[in-house]
Amino acid sequence: MIDIILAILSTIGALSILFASIGVLRMPDFYLRLSVTVKASTLGVGLLLICAAIMFPGDVSVTTKSIAIIFFLILTAPIAAHMIAKAAYFTGTPLWKGTVVDELKGMYNKETHCLESDPEKAQPHAKENIAHSDDATD
Amino acid sequence: MIKFFLMNLLLSFIWVALTGSMLYSNFIFGYLLGFGVLWIMNRNESDVRYFYRVPKIISFFFFFLYELIKANVQVAYDVITPKYFFKPGIVRYPVNANTDFEINLLSTFISLTPGTLIIDISDDKKAIYIHVMYLKDEEQFIRTLKTGVERKLLELLR
Repeated sequence: MIDIILAILSTIGALSILFASIGVLRMPDFYLRLSVTVKASTLGVGLLLICAAIMFPGDVSVTTKSIAIIFFLILTAPIAAHMIAKAAYFTGTPLWKGTVVDELKGMYNKETHCLESDPEKAQPHAKENIAHSDDATD
Repeated sequence: MIKFFLMNLLLSFIWVALTGSMLYSNFIFGYLLGFGVLWIMNRNESDVRYFYRVPKIISFFFFFLYELIKANVQVAYDVITPKYFFKPGIVRYPVNANTDFEINLLSTFISLTPGTLIIDISDDKKAIYIHVMYLKDEEQFIRTLKTGVERKLLELLR
């Protein structure tokens, strides 16, 4: 019984890491690559660690270590993704041409690097760009 | 609230010490046993929020696991089939969460769901900018996020 659970869990984990790596190759722009990689690898590594914990049921140290690794992975991976995405957007990494909407455009203050929450306060020259792209998609 | 949690922890440690097997499964069993005992003893207390919060945390965990697996399957299908199905976009999402801790947890859960990625949080902490992979309808996306993850999370924390 435990063998079957282990086989299912480790297969799902390995497959999700495989799909993440294929996604890095196939996705058309930087943000989609980041989006695919971070979560799928978190799920994959988490499942493999759970397998390790089930494999040695009598060993408390293995279970403790795997729980600690999963905890810190879940804590740190989204923050790393957030910082990479923010840096990429700020340095002007282009979005894919199929992108539907970009509400972040012009919301950064170029001098102070502050981010506004109110769309009324967006930078004026960027607003024209948004209007222009709307016309192109219609 | 915190008193009940510490009491419950103490009861589960006592259970582990008395049964003598230092295993996680035994600890969880002791925790559930202590939870039941505390609930029966404190039914008439004025502050019984703890006994509703623990089942909610467990159900939130399973809800999140379900969302995670569902979205992962969708992304995996899109990766291995030759045609692109996604419509990416960056959406401005107004948050109801007030404190730093709530925003932190909310953005962690949003980032861990495949297809959505936090790009930035505005400086006055009123809006989150999310990169979404499957943006069929913006209004509907914001509504599902509001009634799904955010409402459940704020119910737990407040």
